[in-house]
Amino acid sequence: MSSIRLEKPWKPLNATEVDGLPGQLGVYQIADDHEEIVFIGFAGGHSQFGLRSELAQRLEAAEGANHLFRCEVTMQYLTRHQELLMIFLADHGRLPIENKEQPSSLGRLRLA
Amino acid sequence: MDFELSDEQKLIVETIRQFVQEEIVPLEVNLDPDASELEAEDRERLVAKTRAMGFYGLDIPEEFGGPGIDIVTRTLMAMEMAQHRAGLYAPCYGVFGGAGLAQLYEANDDQKERYLYPVLRGEKRGFFGLTEPSGGSDPARAIQTSAVRDGDDWILNGEKTFISGADRAQFGLIFARTDPEKGRKGITCFIVDTDAPGFRVRRVIHTLRSSHYATEIEMKDLRIPSANVLGEVGGGFAIATDRVSRQRIPYAAGCIGVAIKAQEMAIEWARMRKTFGDVLAVRQSIQWMIVDNEIDIRTSRALTLAAADKAHRGLPFRTDAAMAKLVATEASGRVVDRSMQIHGGYGMTKDLPLERWYRELRIRRIGEGPNEIQRLIIARDIIGGAFH
Repeated sequence: MSSIRLEKPWKPLNATEVDGLPGQLGVYQIADDHEEIVFIGFAGGHSQFGLRSELAQRLEAAEGANHLFRCEVTMQYLTRHQELLMIFLADHGRLPIENKEQPSSLGRLRLA
Repeated sequence: MDFELSDEQKLIVETIRQFVQEEIVPLEVNLDPDASELEAEDRERLVAKTRAMGFYGLDIPEEFGGPGIDIVTRTLMAMEMAQHRAGLYAPCYGVFGGAGLAQLYEANDDQKERYLYPVLRGEKRGFFGLTEPSGGSDPARAIQTSAVRDGDDWILNGEKTFISGADRAQFGLIFARTDPEKGRKGITCFIVDTDAPGFRVRRVIHTLRSSHYATEIEMKDLRIPSANVLGEVGGGFAIATDRVSRQRIPYAAGCIGVAIKAQEMAIEWARMRKTFGDVLAVRQSIQWMIVDNEIDIRTSRALTLAAADKAHRGLPFRTDAAMAKLVATEASGRVVDRSMQIHGGYGMTKDLPLERWYRELRIRRIGEGPNEIQRLIIARDIIGGAFH
């Protein structure tokens, strides 16, 4: 069995979509308008309104850029976040441009 | 029979308790409720403190630079170190240092140079690769990973599951079958470098323990030199099971530490929370839950310290350690469950550490040998004769 990628359809990062998000905890990916992932984040135990508030902050930070997003509700948000970063690192040899984690702090996966 | 702690033990316990309260707990306010790591600067600062206290590297044998803490005192320390949110699986966030893989202390000089000493210097990490998809409780039968001789090398093929830390490690101990005809005497332990061709960590396994994941690893035509056989060919099972009884004692102690904290929280809450005009503490149903908690904690503590004492005195302690592990893991789960009940809805939230302890304690009934295996060990001793 291989690692599980987040492969849901992309949605536009706009106010309408963000308002409809659940307040649950989970993970998300932000992509540019070429569907290139630029950030992988999570809504954790300190987030005020879960995925909704996290993506609202990302929308504000995007400042009009045509970003896309997709997300996954999960209580295992910390390990799932690490897994998604590890998968991206295995695929691209680097982290998404807006993720500040040090690659050396992540584990290494070798995908089939 | 003197159950009193020595003056030195009392001082150590108080020192650790103060360290947890003053250094660890305040940091948790800003960490995610499921976090298991500190920010780098906090970690460095606290490691400097534990070194200055003379407590860094608690489980490193004294001849390799450890502080030479006896197992009874170590058990008391484990109970204190676990008394914070992340305390069950990340006691004090690791600032007291780990021991690495205990089996490496029996390695030959060359292997110590290449693996043990870099671990002790913090340059390398290792993983322990025993459990397979075919089983973990009965490795003598379950291990299907094969190791076939090829000149001066061995070729490994197989897979392991529920392996902690393999994705971040530079090497690991892999137990493989070198002789299918010899049962437990046909298992050999190999030291495997994780950058070797043929080795890969292929997936993450998410569990109840949302701060750490396990991994699944695969060996495919992995070539290992004979110089990386740990111990003797066919001696792997003894390596795998060596120290396992001893490790169960601080494992049990960590559970008790969490239970103690949960009980403290339950009592405090019962004293202040009012229903129907009076505090919960006057309700018999609440009182009995708190009493049952106390009984669970004291019996677990007594059994665990008794096991530690026997180990310290060089007496046979395998049954005592099994009993301590079995009782402490199950009793602590009950204590946290009752404490959650006393806290009502708040007990279910991430605002409190109880729900994390509830999930993580469930795993403790499986780890370090499932409790069914502990019962087998005890039964064998009490009833007599080998079990099959």
